[in-house]
Amino acid sequence: MHANVNGKEILKGINLSVKAGEVHAIMGPNGSGKSTLSSVLVGNPAFEVTEGEVIFNGKNLLDLSPEDRSREGIFLSFQYPVEIPGVSMVNFMRAALNEHRKYNGLEPVSATDFLKLMREKRAIVELDNKLASRSVNEGFSGGEKKRNEIFQMAMLEPKLAILDETDSGLDIDALRIVAHGVNQLRTPENAAIVITHYQRLLDYIKPDVVHVLYKGRIVKTAGPELALELEEKGYDWIKKEMGDE
Amino acid sequence: MKAEQQYIDLFAQCEDLVCRHSTPVMNALRADALANFERLGFPSARSEDYKYTDVAQAFAPDYGLNINRVAIPVNPYDVFRCDVPNLSTSLYFVVNDTFYDKELPKAHLPEGVYAGGLKAFTEQYPEIASKYYGKAAPSSKDGIIALNTMLAQDGFVVYVPKNVVVERPIQLVNIFRNDVDTMANRRVLVIMEPHSEAKLLVCDHSIDDVKFLATQVVEIFAEEGARFDYYDLEESSVSTTRFSSVHVRQAASTNVLVNGITLTNGLTRNNYYVELNGEYAESTLCGMSVLDKEQQMDTYSHITHAVPNCTSNELFKNVLNDHAVGVFSGRILVKEDAQKTAAYQTNRNLCATREARMYSKPQLEIYADDVKCSHGMTTGQLDENALFYMQSRGIPRDEARMLLSVAFTSDVIDHVRLEALKDRLHKLVEKRFRGELAKCAGCRICK
Repeated sequence: MHANVNGKEILKGINLSVKAGEVHAIMGPNGSGKSTLSSVLVGNPAFEVTEGEVIFNGKNLLDLSPEDRSREGIFLSFQYPVEIPGVSMVNFMRAALNEHRKYNGLEPVSATDFLKLMREKRAIVELDNKLASRSVNEGFSGGEKKRNEIFQMAMLEPKLAILDETDSGLDIDALRIVAHGVNQLRTPENAAIVITHYQRLLDYIKPDVVHVLYKGRIVKTAGPELALELEEKGYDWIKKEMGDE
Repeated sequence: MKAEQQYIDLFAQCEDLVCRHSTPVMNALRADALANFERLGFPSARSEDYKYTDVAQAFAPDYGLNINRVAIPVNPYDVFRCDVPNLSTSLYFVVNDTFYDKELPKAHLPEGVYAGGLKAFTEQYPEIASKYYGKAAPSSKDGIIALNTMLAQDGFVVYVPKNVVVERPIQLVNIFRNDVDTMANRRVLVIMEPHSEAKLLVCDHSIDDVKFLATQVVEIFAEEGARFDYYDLEESSVSTTRFSSVHVRQAASTNVLVNGITLTNGLTRNNYYVELNGEYAESTLCGMSVLDKEQQMDTYSHITHAVPNCTSNELFKNVLNDHAVGVFSGRILVKEDAQKTAAYQTNRNLCATREARMYSKPQLEIYADDVKCSHGMTTGQLDENALFYMQSRGIPRDEARMLLSVAFTSDVIDHVRLEALKDRLHKLVEKRFRGELAKCAGCRICK
């Protein structure tokens, strides 16, 4: 797959295959295209896919609107979650959940069941009830925003979760809570792509496969040991292998 | 003076009738009103304050006036079912510009409180009435006020004596009902004696599809320590034009809230004049409109801080679709003596289409040197990042737009100090954005 932003080619031929039950980590230096990849997968209109396709459970994702991708089971935990003043978390989540249910031919969730579900899922990331009654992400701290992303993920139970630098801006306790939440949501049927700069998160969320993204291409794929090697040696040796330095 | 002439001629021909179907208190102001109307005429489009609304054009057509007070065959209690659920009000009607007194509701009012027709009030209590009527809205101020004062024959009054608290909100429903194009000249007079409290909800409905034109003058007098809420919910019709001016006079330690919500209209001009004349008075002035098609909303406000230690909070929001036009012109005047004034003005607007237009002019005029004042204005589109964020959670783009639009206006409704009304308004606004409105279900007004 190739993709442009503002006419500039960022992704220059990505080949990636993720199977149910797997966790893939994507690492790489700044500006290598990690966030572009996540944006393209969820259909951010600022990015233009120029070549290739993304097949998700037999459907070409690129043909689907962002909302349909979500209902098909794609979830992005945003690197920078958006604040939406005036829209309460409760209304936001109920609207989202009911759209998912409608897509799958189910009735809207009852008020009681919905609140019960909110309570259960909130507990997974230890999200305060007060936050759930406030406007979406408004006035949340960095850590609360990330926990709120995982809370939404728990509510929507995606088949493929993409965590875009979910560890950035988190202190060690918040990191543990977020990672614990993600791990609790793992099943043999769903998969995750974890985008990160650091090995740190991968201590908590154990990947099956680690990829290195560099200059818009996946240049290395290996097991979890690759992450450790990167932590120790940095990215210079990869750049060297690529003949850049 | 072409547009003015037909009204001057009409008054010359019908002065006897106008006066005969009104009262001495109201008649006493007509000669001056005529002179002022002849002198001022309609505000010209060349005047800065009426730049975007062609007043003469709005008054040019030949509207019928019910000067002879012929009864309009409608029983509002039959057709009106739009009561706000869970909100019990003392309910009154004005049909066109006549107070409906055929079958008054059982009064739930404390002793000494008057809620009812202006004509009857000025007959029963001429001393009180003449002390207030026309005093906050002198006809020398504006040609439309002069015209209204010249022609008005009836209206609605709320009078609350000293220390009396009216718990149950008073509701006035203005109904436009006629088979021919009709003009109404409405008045509302609110007298809040010291330390009294009341809330008034005014709803505008137009039943028929003919053209309606309303002039409306609202005078609110809040004496020391009084507390008063004025909610104005406009759900008229695209062929209804309204020129309203609300005049608030606040004495010391008063708290007055004015909240104007327009969900359906044709052309509306709302003038607000608030005078803070006693220390520690608090004013909240807010409003919102949801506009589409060719609808126009023109808001003009003038808040005067005449004495120290008063607070005013002003917030107006407009959501414009299609070819709608919005205007906001807000002035806060802080006089030299008005130290320790806190005055805040905000105007925010959403233009959802390229064709929609918003003209905004915030103004602060400050002559005191120890004050806290601010004004802010923005006009823009819905936040694309927020829209995408919601879509990425499975919410369709249109639904996301609707949720963001409702959210945009929610803080205006949050100023409402009646929980049941607040809930109802949140729902009505959502329905309006869904295109399901703009009328409530279940009554014949809302066909």
